[in-house]
This record gives sequence, structure tokens and C-alpha cells, in this order.
Amino acid sequence: MELISSDVGDTRIVHVNDSRIDAAVAIQFKDAMRAQTDGGPRRVVLDLSEVSFIDSSGLGAVVAAKKLLNGAHSLELAGLTPVVAKVFKLTRMDRVFAIHADVAAAVPSLAS
Amino acid sequence: MIEVETCEQAIRVTCLSDTFEVRSSLQTLMEDMEGRDYLPEERGTVELVLAEVLNNVAEHAYEEKGDGRIELDVSYIADGIAIKLQDFGKPMPNGKTPLGMPANVDVDVEDLPEGGFGWFIIGELAKDLTYERRGDTNHLSFRMTLGAE
Repeated sequence: MELISSDVGDTRIVHVNDSRIDAAVAIQFKDAMRAQTDGGPRRVVLDLSEVSFIDSSGLGAVVAAKKLLNGAHSLELAGLTPVVAKVFKLTRMDRVFAIHADVAAAVPSLAS
Repeated sequence: MIEVETCEQAIRVTCLSDTFEVRSSLQTLMEDMEGRDYLPEERGTVELVLAEVLNNVAEHAYEEKGDGRIELDVSYIADGIAIKLQDFGKPMPNGKTPLGMPANVDVDVEDLPEGGFGWFIIGELAKDLTYERRGDTNHLSFRMTLGAE
């Protein structure tokens, strides 16, 4: 489970450099998210464009990350692929997160 | 190491109750389905439901001990797939599968649920789900309709 971060203005973009967030890496993901956001900008955008599969454990880890960051940071999502979007919609978690089509939509200054 | 047997209209995958074995089993099945011209969206739905049932077995029936045997039989039928899952772990509590209620998301961030999504996802996407305990064995079977939605 590899996460790569970069800052654009006051936003930290955390890119998941892995095709799965599943039961095998859920705990690792949560810890890695803490490490990637600690002391960084308040706004965090999680780029899921490379993640083609997430299961309920992975979903739980993303929710856990949002709870963990809450207060010091806000967590938004970008680049949901079809299966990932389906899991968020089925479980109604699409109502809990701000979801952007991609990172450029989440951070407009990137697109220009 | 997972074991795989394929025939014309079915595939059987045997694996251990370990999250990485579950991963390779799913990967094997996805490759088989791709070879049978199922669409990415259909494969994704099957992978999701099977990830939930397999991880449930690993987590609950085998209580996270990674050495339990899981047998997965997938049959390709006219309008989708039929699945049979067998394991030798603990029975389901009360002899039946959990109801799988939708999680309540209309709560403060700190109260959001981090689990309990699995059976709801299974219930939404699987049909004719049956569970039976026979001797020391759990038998779960269900169908998934693919193609025409």
C-alpha cells in the first residue's frame, strides 16, 4: 500500500498508488493516511483514480481515515472508478464525502 | 497456495482463509471471467460480492486464523452465475446469515460506521441466498444476475 502526497496551495493531494484497498491492506491504509496528512494542510483530497477495487474493509478504512483526520483536516475524494463508485453509492457513503470527478476538478488551480 | 480446476461451464477455487489467498482467488476468477467475455462492470460486481463472502469466512468462521480451507464453486449459467461456498469453520451465529441492514450515515462524522457493510452489500447484489450447516461444514449458495439489468 503506497500513498504519495503533494501539496497544491492549501490542499494536500494523497494519491493511492495501488489498484486495491481491500481487507488485506485496510489497516495499513489507515496508518499510511495518518502519516501522509499529519501536520499538513487542512484540506486533504484522496485521489482514488488508480484504485479499481475496494471492498467493505477498504471502505471502512477510508471512513476511519475521515474520522481520524476530522478536526485537523477535511477529507474529500476524487477519481472514483466504477466499482469504487458503486460501493460508495450502495452503502450511501457517497453522501458523507465530497466527491470530485478527478483531482483537477477538486483543485481547479491544477487544471489551468 | 490456491488450487484451481476449470471446466466448460464452471471454475472451482480452493484457498486458505487468508486475505492474500482471498485476493489471489478473486484474481484467478476475474481472469477466468474475462476469458469468458464478461464485461468489466459485471466482473467488478462479482468480485465485490465474493470478496465480502470470502473475507467473512476468514474473519468469522475461521476467526482470522489464516489456515482454514475455503472451497468456492462458480458455475456459469444462462443469466449470470451460481455460487457455492464451503468452509469447515464455526457456524453462523443463530444458524443463519446476518440481515445486512443499511448503515446509518446521517450522523456526526465521529459516529460514522466503519464496518457492518458486508452483508448489506451481499444482500443487495446476490439472489436466492441460502445457508446451511451440515455436520462440521458451512454451505452458502446464491446467484447473481449478470447482463440484462
